[in-house]
Amino acid sequence: MAVSSVAAQPRPSLLSRLSESRNALGFGFMLPAAVLLLVFLTYPLGLGVWLGFTDARIGRSGIFIGIENYQYLWNDSVFWLSVFNTLLYTISASILKFALGLWLALILNENLPFKSFFRAVVLLPWVVPTVLSAIAFWWIYDSQFSILSWALQQMGLIDHRINFLGDPTNARASVIAANVWRGIPFVAITLLAGLQTIPQSLYEAATLDGATRWQLFRYVTLPLLTPIIAITMTFSVLFTFTDFQLIYVLTRGGPVNATHLMATLSFQRGISGGQLGEGAAIAVAMIPFLLAAILFSYFGLQRRKWQQGGRD
Amino acid sequence: MASVAIGDVYKSFGTVEVLHGVSVNINDGEFVTLVGPSGCGKSTLLRMIAGLEKISRGQIAIGERVVNNVAPKERDVAMVFQNYALYPHMTVAENMAFSLMLKGVSKAESDAGVQRAAEILGLLPLLTRYPRQLSGGQRQRVAMGRAIVRDPQVFLFDEPLSNLDAKLRVQMRAEIKELHQRLKTTTVYVTHDQIEAMTMADKIVVMHDGIVEQIGPPLELYDRPNNLFVASFIGSPAMNLIKGEIGTDGSPSFRGSGGISLPLAAAPAVANAHPVVLGIRPEHLRLSPDQGIPVTVVVVEPTGSEIQVIGRTAGGDEIVANFRERHSFTPGETIRLAAEPGLIHLFDGKTGTRFETRTGW
Repeated sequence: MAVSSVAAQPRPSLLSRLSESRNALGFGFMLPAAVLLLVFLTYPLGLGVWLGFTDARIGRSGIFIGIENYQYLWNDSVFWLSVFNTLLYTISASILKFALGLWLALILNENLPFKSFFRAVVLLPWVVPTVLSAIAFWWIYDSQFSILSWALQQMGLIDHRINFLGDPTNARASVIAANVWRGIPFVAITLLAGLQTIPQSLYEAATLDGATRWQLFRYVTLPLLTPIIAITMTFSVLFTFTDFQLIYVLTRGGPVNATHLMATLSFQRGISGGQLGEGAAIAVAMIPFLLAAILFSYFGLQRRKWQQGGRD
Repeated sequence: MASVAIGDVYKSFGTVEVLHGVSVNINDGEFVTLVGPSGCGKSTLLRMIAGLEKISRGQIAIGERVVNNVAPKERDVAMVFQNYALYPHMTVAENMAFSLMLKGVSKAESDAGVQRAAEILGLLPLLTRYPRQLSGGQRQRVAMGRAIVRDPQVFLFDEPLSNLDAKLRVQMRAEIKELHQRLKTTTVYVTHDQIEAMTMADKIVVMHDGIVEQIGPPLELYDRPNNLFVASFIGSPAMNLIKGEIGTDGSPSFRGSGGISLPLAAAPAVANAHPVVLGIRPEHLRLSPDQGIPVTVVVVEPTGSEIQVIGRTAGGDEIVANFRERHSFTPGETIRLAAEPGLIHLFDGKTGTRFETRTGW
């Protein structure tokens, strides 16, 4: 009886069968994200790589020319200067951002009066659009009207105005300083969040164990913060390496290419100069460096043994 | 090892005073528990002994030395925290050796110290594990190991067993007590669990709302609670407390609601109809064919070793009685419960303090 009544049921419709299938549902739910990634990430990346192998210009689709663009760049001193600049910019800015950001995070983690006010203030450089803060820095670094030169002159520390952006060394230091100013909040706030996950009782236990303030930092704070530091600095390095806006507003790569980064050079050659293929090749040349940074962080980020749960 | 003298200590957080003058003397080698409901200030007091909280007023001395202005690390105390506070990035051995390393003790000496402590606590097979890889009981033991390694003047325990399950708690309770008997280090142990306090301590300090209610050996607190708070806090199931008044007209008696009247051999020196609270421990009640308080049985809970009866008097007071013998009661049945003579407590209904009239019973 029971068997026959089951057999008599009508076959479920295709739609309801699909809605029962885990595979079909999974595919369906993934589709929107996959489409977004394909259209806005994979396609532009693929197009960029392809353009690097062509002699495309603005208004001309170009033909495949193999690695000619890369051969040209290999012998191009400006390209190598931009690589050097990018590495210098990334490494020095990242180190400064890490040191100052960690210091700021440690201060903000103390029980200061107006704590939340200061935390909000620290975020400001991060909230202001980069172009706007870059324009502000442009004025600060202006050869005629620089407030820094003026202030130092008033204090009697210098006797002539500093040529911030006109001199190669000064220009490099200036753009790095601007980048550090802008990047500190990200590092400081992320590390602060990490600091707040360290239980107070660990500090109390270490205090009773006889640790000084430096030993508390060295043996409790720093090791427990390492995973957060790895994530934060990976992102910070990636942001810095691909920086464009600050340089473009402040120096456009000058003076004499002294502050040209790979990103700005790529834009200058590809868009301003119209050599799409060559610009794309420079952009593609950034990929090995970024991959190296990601691999570095991948190994740095690997869960340390003490973070793993369960039995060994 | 050292004694600890807490003299009239006050503690305020901002404008809120949480300790209102606490004095406790802890002898050298003694195991003292601070017990009380949450918020009574017992953990604050412990943290003040450790030096993690400043002393607002009064003084604390460890041994001969007043430690009010002595840094925590100079006090030579070791603390076991409720959440164990093990360093997650260090192995068990490193956790235990940390304080020795900070002191600059040689590797060999520190290894020997860790080895000795690990042996005492049965941690030898776990020395290379990380805290994440340990069970709750093992972590607890590592936390104690960390304290033992330092061989401090005083051990401080801050509710160390409250994160463990019931069975493990009983086991660790015995282990800590055994450890104390072996090491004989002065120990201050904070708990909200009066059973822990009763079973482990040489001396119990009952705290409530920032003051000390009573200090004494466990059984003294149980047998002669100073006031209603201690009477109701110490003992499980709790002491039966029945409100009523003293009758001094004619022979002295206790008159409760619902027409309960119990003769008293001697009445405290108060006026007729003075409000009092009568206290009887559940195990001090016995079945009586004709005397005592008539009680309607509500719930019967046999635990195997004893039978617990929850009943209600005519006046609506709930009464719990424990019997070692096996009786069979049915809910709704009326039984009469009489108190063992000499085991009745009488408290002033106005102030809650104990009337010392026991000899007259």
